Amino acid sequence: MLDNEDFMLESSPRELTQNPLRKIWMPCKNGHIAQRRVCMTNCPTLIVTVGLPARGKTYISKKLTRYLNWIGVPTKEFNVGQYRRECLKIYKSFEFFRPDNEEGLKIRRQCAMAALNDVRQYLSVEGGQVAVFDATNTTRERRGTIIKFAEQNGFKVFFVESVCEDPDVIAQNIVQVKLGSPDYIHCNTEEAIEDFMKRIKCYESSYQPLDEVLDRDLSYIKIMDVGRRYLVNRVLDHIQSRIVYYLMNIHITPRSIYLCRHGESDLNIKGRIGGDSGLSARGTEFAKSLRKFIQDQNIKDLKVWTSQMKRTIQTAECLGVPYEQWKSLNEIDAGVCEEMMYEEIQEHYPLEFALRDQDKYRYRYPKGESYEDLVQRLEPVIMELERQENILVVCHQAVMRCLLAYFLDKTADELPYLKCPLHTVLKLTPMAYGCKVESVYLGVDAVNTHRDRPERM
Amino acid sequence: MELPQLEHVRLRRCDSAASVPQFCNSPTMIVMVGLPARGKTYISKKLTRYLNWIGVPTKMFNVGQYRREAVKIYKNFEFFKPDNEEAMRIRKACAAAALKDVTAYFTKEQGQVAVFDATNTTRERRAIIISFAKEKGYKVFFVESICDDPEIIAENIRQVKFGSPDYVDRDIDEAMEDFIQRIDCYRASYMPIDDERDRKLSYIKIFDVGNRYLVNQVQDHIQSRIVYYLMNIHVTPRSIYLSRHGESELNLLGRIGGDSGLSPRGQKYANALATFIKGQNIRDLKVWTSHMKRTIQTAEALGVQYEQWKALNEIDAGVCEEMTYEEIQENYPEEFALRDQDKYRYRYPKGESYEDLVHRLEPVIMELERQENVLVICHQAIMRCLLAYFLDKPADELPYLRCPLHTVLKLTPIAYGCKVESFFLNIEAVNTHRERPVNVDINRNPEEALQTVPDHI
Repeated sequence: MLDNEDFMLESSPRELTQNPLRKIWMPCKNGHIAQRRVCMTNCPTLIVTVGLPARGKTYISKKLTRYLNWIGVPTKEFNVGQYRRECLKIYKSFEFFRPDNEEGLKIRRQCAMAALNDVRQYLSVEGGQVAVFDATNTTRERRGTIIKFAEQNGFKVFFVESVCEDPDVIAQNIVQVKLGSPDYIHCNTEEAIEDFMKRIKCYESSYQPLDEVLDRDLSYIKIMDVGRRYLVNRVLDHIQSRIVYYLMNIHITPRSIYLCRHGESDLNIKGRIGGDSGLSARGTEFAKSLRKFIQDQNIKDLKVWTSQMKRTIQTAECLGVPYEQWKSLNEIDAGVCEEMMYEEIQEHYPLEFALRDQDKYRYRYPKGESYEDLVQRLEPVIMELERQENILVVCHQAVMRCLLAYFLDKTADELPYLKCPLHTVLKLTPMAYGCKVESVYLGVDAVNTHRDRPERM
Repeated sequence: MELPQLEHVRLRRCDSAASVPQFCNSPTMIVMVGLPARGKTYISKKLTRYLNWIGVPTKMFNVGQYRREAVKIYKNFEFFKPDNEEAMRIRKACAAAALKDVTAYFTKEQGQVAVFDATNTTRERRAIIISFAKEKGYKVFFVESICDDPEIIAENIRQVKFGSPDYVDRDIDEAMEDFIQRIDCYRASYMPIDDERDRKLSYIKIFDVGNRYLVNQVQDHIQSRIVYYLMNIHVTPRSIYLSRHGESELNLLGRIGGDSGLSPRGQKYANALATFIKGQNIRDLKVWTSHMKRTIQTAEALGVQYEQWKALNEIDAGVCEEMTYEEIQENYPEEFALRDQDKYRYRYPKGESYEDLVHRLEPVIMELERQENVLVICHQAIMRCLLAYFLDKPADELPYLRCPLHTVLKLTPIAYGCKVESFFLNIEAVNTHRERPVNVDINRNPEEALQTVPDHI
């Protein structure tokens, strides 16, 4: 913010010093680096789901939380159903949710309050930036309570309502995620479905969807029929704009994402990192095996993506199908360390080598990139992967780790150490609230390029 | 199996590696819908500019233009009366002519998106377009602008209608009155896109200049990008200030790239910039820099908060980093010549091209659209890319746009374009602008290559 009154003319500039780990220039006074958190949101944001049961609220909450954390926005989900389960211990039947069940209503209200308290803790004390409040929130009254709570604490509110009347979609939801719920552990399938349908009925009579006129001052997105249509109202800031864009790109059509690295390369064999070398003989073998594997998988309308580096393109060429090159899928740029062996890096840049092991996620090679930079450049790739259906991505070790971390919800700490060996295809199939992973080693030997987190720092 | 020759891939990205993945196999028609003075042409022009900048060949077809060519002299609103049969015939013919040109653009000029800018307020007219598109295999995406705020409409009329060829000889009050009656001619027959009857169509409805959006059946990547873009633009008056860092040590030596600090004159510029900004009296100014020392040092002199964007870093010259043009000519004469042949697409070995820059700057542009008053302190190639976006410069002009040191460009969106004011802050600096030499052949001699290199130490 630049107001005339606040403006200071500094004739002697502050000294700049480059943070040795992240290679970021920061001003320093008296030798102390001025810490400035660059964040996308000025005040924390509370995302509030709205909708009848089995409308995908928890699916959306978890996915959104995963995405935001991956792009570096600390986000946490608060599922009120969980609080209820902790409070109640044993779920008997849908009767708990009857609108005339006073005892039930009291408990549910308490659970919502408890969850909101934890939200406050997370956003105001623990440094969280976004909290996803996952509950039905189907009455205007309940939403009013939340809005007041947010106002008192200085949080922005963004509603995500899921509206769906397609009985097939709802039935599918129930089968996918409700049958396995702790609530129905002791029921057989028919019993569970019957109870759950009655549970939905309990909410229906008091459901007040977000209203175009009455709620015109609220910020929200209404998702209708699993993404066929969206109504977006009053997007206030950058993070809400990103959330809307993300929600409008995800879908639930069944599909699989295949991730693999290029075949073994000549530089791999020499133990050198980076560069732009071609495939070794074994790498070419792998490419041929990959072709057979893909054919056997019998995949409908498979898209193939590669980076713009020779080794991924050569791998894809063997498949004999059209592929698309993305510069964003290029391997991490190791800057001055490109094409070096780890031993050489240790010899020429021992300090850098040590810094990298201290914080492999944030460490940026001199004149190169960090894993954190990679995530930022891969974000459009992830967005497009969400839009796509069946797809094979032929990429590189660091890149694959970033993509895998997104799909498997791995933390920044774990990400740089995920195992992505050569000549192994990972088949990811979204299911329920997560992702099924199948790992297929295609039987062609290759060097190991994985370096574990060292014991001694 | 023979692996393909890949040497040529380095010069330019493959045709299949655009920043927008080639999912738009069929051309797309964007069809505007709305009463006059609802911002259709504003949106059309802006969208066209954006799509071309990100590399999607797009052209706008304004039916009003066709009408002006057919009718030559505009008398008054009576032309638009719904019972004016003669005029109706002419208007229908104009729409048909425009559609014919759309076909020519797609089939003969390799266009990918055509923006059909007209009122298209009746179902009948829209049906004709849909049927036309279906026959040719084009996708259709409607953009409807709905607004009933009389102030916004009056402002629109003031900003763009008074300058229109239709009202060249009229005084303001006459023009305003005539235009209001023109709008009324359409009002009776206006049938907005119907959420029920038109639920199979792909469209976005924009309400009240972006307060609310309804998005229906987004079919593919390009439509998703268009929706995201439309949801991020606004019409609030503001200015964007673009400047390079102050003169750097490497600038003085005639060396490209690197991460050097400011020269003494560069520091003087930073101080002058602070004075200039203060004098501009800008409300809530945001300041952005790159991650490179020279932009950050420049921002430091302003004494206000600034945000660092890695995406604003200067173009990576790869193996040519920190070289003088003379050294590039000596060490990489062929590369030097290739660059002069196609400066936009040319990628430095292990570096980037202008085309790559545009791709990485797209999120910056998107955020600039969301923001209000912003000062961007960046670099020569970056500034050229940003400027090309705001001033609608094509790819072959972009790399040669003049962005001298120590000069601030103030861009103020106005009517359908952008007003540019240039402020040289009176601190001398080296010239870093290298014009395209006459001889760009690989076999040229060094003098011919270095003909246009600016002076340095």
